[in-house]
Amino acid sequence: MGGHVRPDLGVAIGDLRLKNPVTVASGTFGYAREFSDFFDLRKLGAIVTKTVTLKPRPGNPMPRTCETPAGMLNSIGLENPGIEGFINKKLPFLEELGVPVILSIASEGDPGEFVALAEAADSLDGVGALELNISCPNVSGKGRCALISQDPEQAAAVVRMVKKATRKPVITKLSPNVTDIASIAAAVEEAGSDAVSLINTLAGMAVDIETRRPRLANVTGGLSGPAVRPVALRMAWEVFRRVKIPVIAMGGITDARDALEFIICGATVVCAGTVNFVEPSAPAKMIKGIEDYLIRKKIPSLSELRGTVKA
Amino acid sequence: MKKREFRATVSDKRKVGPRHFLMRLDAKPLAGAVPGQFIMVRVTDTRAPLLRRPFGVHSVDGDVVSILFETVGTATGLLSRACRGDELGIIGPLGSGFSFSRVATRRPVLVAGGMGVAPLYFLAQRLTKRHGRSPLVLIGSRDKASVLREKDFRALGCEVKISTDDGSKGFHGYVTRLLEKTLAPGDEIFACGPKPMLRELCRMAAARRVPAQVSLEAHMSCGFGACLGCAVSTASGYARVCQEGPVFDAKELTWEGT
Repeated sequence: MGGHVRPDLGVAIGDLRLKNPVTVASGTFGYAREFSDFFDLRKLGAIVTKTVTLKPRPGNPMPRTCETPAGMLNSIGLENPGIEGFINKKLPFLEELGVPVILSIASEGDPGEFVALAEAADSLDGVGALELNISCPNVSGKGRCALISQDPEQAAAVVRMVKKATRKPVITKLSPNVTDIASIAAAVEEAGSDAVSLINTLAGMAVDIETRRPRLANVTGGLSGPAVRPVALRMAWEVFRRVKIPVIAMGGITDARDALEFIICGATVVCAGTVNFVEPSAPAKMIKGIEDYLIRKKIPSLSELRGTVKA
Repeated sequence: MKKREFRATVSDKRKVGPRHFLMRLDAKPLAGAVPGQFIMVRVTDTRAPLLRRPFGVHSVDGDVVSILFETVGTATGLLSRACRGDELGIIGPLGSGFSFSRVATRRPVLVAGGMGVAPLYFLAQRLTKRHGRSPLVLIGSRDKASVLREKDFRALGCEVKISTDDGSKGFHGYVTRLLEKTLAPGDEIFACGPKPMLRELCRMAAARRVPAQVSLEAHMSCGFGACLGCAVSTASGYARVCQEGPVFDAKELTWEGT
């Protein structure tokens, strides 16, 4: 590789082209504005928003977060301004950035809400793709799974409905709280999902031994941060081997080294998540670190690195 | 004021109470901080403890900023072992500060419960040095040994009254009972301390029709408005203690869920 030629960091999610593979995990970046003081947000490959529901949600009572060894638990409860509030108050700032915006959406009980949200988003030029946060209650009565993401048939049904409602690329976010994540991935791929993103948080809990009360008001919450990275990596790799659609990976990725580990195991896109709370400029450092590695290793593009783990 | 993520050098650290430390930092990006604001400090560059910890800005003298903290767990324990010359990762200045809109016409009464002295010292600094006001400062503590920064408030020119739960110094009882005896109709209250104290103080302020601003503490993960982990119930819904606060007008707080 010539000394003056920079490596090609470009990647694609369906029709959506990203200039580099780095984005942020939904819920760890708000709607971007809080990070604008820390680095030039236009550097990002894409921005994934905090999940939006049809109606505004106030979120759960406090405490909503607690630290755990090399990680944290959260039960924020999908506090968000609702789709109208997002369009009026959050989207304008995102549009100004000129970075692809991936809108995360969830239903509050009726899976039909996914369709309403997809229809509302379909006409928004500022939204480049949808991420389906299917770690929401499975109220259809079918199957014995608590969450849509735990049931391949329910997950596939939601994807089929959403694909009919929008022309934008659809990414399905997978939960790790399942026996076989690769089969959920296969089911949503078959249903038409353009990509899968994983992992969402691991179900977890913490208790204060002095008061005997759970540290979270909601009792249980989602574990994230470096503690989950080995689980996330194993799952990303299993899914990569099972499906042909791009894998968007997250779960304890804090720096370029972590990101490259996931790319080597098959990830097309990598997300900085919990680390954003600790080092708000982590995504920018990640982009540079990935580029430096490719230069150092004389690898001209990410496609030559992706999935090359010797296993 | 723009939030910055930067490294600050510890210029001084000293023990000022049984488990309490005062730490000075060379922190030029914080020179424009206002009383009531706080910083998020990274106590280690390793991954555990993972999250930063919030500390109120205790004083600002040029480029030197101080924090006052108590060692309550692993993170603050680690921080207490930092030495002069060590670098700490800082994010700040964060949050909303106290309002000075009434200080010209009302006597400022600063009410500190325990570690609540931390942000109130900076407030007293500004009130005395920039607004020509001498606040009355009430410091409430468990016992004599835990009374913090009394001499330093006096050195600013503040009148200081002490209350202790066990009566070992000053008024015997809660600082809110001391406030009840000293509060006058022309006062404005600025308070920081444990939730039960602030809740009772807000009730008293409303009953006496005296304006009050309270600085809340909260469990924080990010400290700059992104995670929504520090919500507090207000008259207009949940607000973020780290962004819309930590200073709130007493009338806004509903105390739901406390």
